[in-house]
Amino acid sequence: MRSDFPLLQKQPELVYLDSAATSLKPQPVLDAMNEYYTGFSANIHRGLYDLSERATVAYEGARETVREFINAKQAHEIIFTRGTTEAINGLAQSWGRQFVREGDEILTTVLEHHSNLVPWQMLAREKKCALKHIDVNDDGTLREEQFLKLLSRQTRLLTITHVSNALGTIVPLRKIIQQAHAAGIKVLVDAAQSAPHMPLDVQYLDADFVVFSGHKMCGPTGIGVLYMKERVQEKLELPWHFGGGMIKEVHLKKSTFQKAPNKFEAGTPPIAEAIGLAAAMRYLQSIGMNKIRDHEKQLLHYALKTLGAIDGVQLYGPNNPAMQSGVLSFGIEGIHPHDIAEILNEDNIAVRAGHHCCMPLMERLNLPATVRASFYLYNTEQDIDRLAAGLRNVKKIFKS
Amino acid sequence: MNLYRELIIDLYKNPVNKRSMPDAHITNSGANVTCGDRVRIYIKKDSEKITDLSFEGEGCAISIAAASLLTEEAKGVLLNDISDWGPHNIFEWLGTELGPARIKCGLLALETLQEAVKKIKQ
Ligand SMILES: Cc1ncc(COP(=O)(O)O)c(C=O)c1O
Repeated sequence: MRSDFPLLQKQPELVYLDSAATSLKPQPVLDAMNEYYTGFSANIHRGLYDLSERATVAYEGARETVREFINAKQAHEIIFTRGTTEAINGLAQSWGRQFVREGDEILTTVLEHHSNLVPWQMLAREKKCALKHIDVNDDGTLREEQFLKLLSRQTRLLTITHVSNALGTIVPLRKIIQQAHAAGIKVLVDAAQSAPHMPLDVQYLDADFVVFSGHKMCGPTGIGVLYMKERVQEKLELPWHFGGGMIKEVHLKKSTFQKAPNKFEAGTPPIAEAIGLAAAMRYLQSIGMNKIRDHEKQLLHYALKTLGAIDGVQLYGPNNPAMQSGVLSFGIEGIHPHDIAEILNEDNIAVRAGHHCCMPLMERLNLPATVRASFYLYNTEQDIDRLAAGLRNVKKIFKS
Repeated sequence: MNLYRELIIDLYKNPVNKRSMPDAHITNSGANVTCGDRVRIYIKKDSEKITDLSFEGEGCAISIAAASLLTEEAKGVLLNDISDWGPHNIFEWLGTELGPARIKCGLLALETLQEAVKKIKQ
């Protein structure tokens, strides 16, 4: 299966442990996009000629593939965006503008990626509403009991990550979502780190909004998904972008808009990217999401054991494969994460060092930065052995 | 492996001039938020030059080694000359060039010192 990834073929020495940032791309994804560009690269929904027809069919077919992948009820509940970040900003600017009023509250957690925090801060500033944050325990697990305490009659939205990109914590969402709905609160799930790595069933989860990015799940950059429940969609009057493709009638002074999903996809969408994402989903499904999850669980188990045995290595997060995705944050006492990452790079090992776009979480855990290794289907136990050897080398250089 | 030469590791583990200076004439702080590097520079001066300086801070080996070397090099230097210093000075003292990913670590102490000197002049 590693042979499906051209980059691993070109660089057999590379140990790529940064899939939480972006994943490598398998050949079938590149082929699908290439086929569009070389075979039928026309715009959609417009031309009356065959090529445009073919492009439209492929683009709408991609929507259907996404629907099936996350088990949505209707294809029009799937909206293509540029990524997780655009989806969240879009919701803050459309749903947030329409439904959040002065004095209301938005509930979120300290685990969030900046892209699920800053858009809500901006909305809070504009609307004079409050932002409240569910805390974590020191091991990075959510203090679920705080949810009901922070809930109030002013709460309008719970916006929450499914999996922490910094620590790998898997947040048990189903009960929280049920409780939120019982209180009449809408729920947005940031699935950027779960959709690529485990089965995701939006009907089972029952969230109102689910967002994720294609590039973290073997797909191309520039494409993401916003799942919006039909019932919520119907009440949302305005999208966040306006222009071609989304209008019904335009007059000089006023316009009317199409129904979803077109209403939410102004302008020429990322057509090749949607086709690439669908190919990525088919690729992942051909392997099986349960199998991918099990593989990463095993790798994490092995990594916890292997890195945990190195003197001076501190492992952050739950340290429990049952409630942690294939993400492992760690440090070495007395050595800065950037130095660790830089020395590992000399050994052709790619890891992330820093705050991982989670500054509030780092502050909460009192960590200036961590090193993060994140796994995907193409990683092996040998990769982790190489990482462990690399860390021993770091310690040797630092004489620690 | 060029970057982590003996000198840099030694200065990281045993930095020079790394202490607070309660009777400093001026202090200034700087940080690279993305890396979590922080530095605070303490300066004593007469009318035209730096007479003593020290630093406190936390960060990666590059930033701490660069702060150590800077505080050594800047003692006795004219205030007016500090603003002329740039990356090439840091590279020379460290004995290596820094790539785009690490140059901010290497320059943190120098930029913090240059800001302090600007404050003195105002
Ligand atoms: C949990 C989480 N949310 C949101 C994002 C933002 O995704 P993107 O940069 O693809 O919009 C990321 C990716 O870095 C993430 O890990």
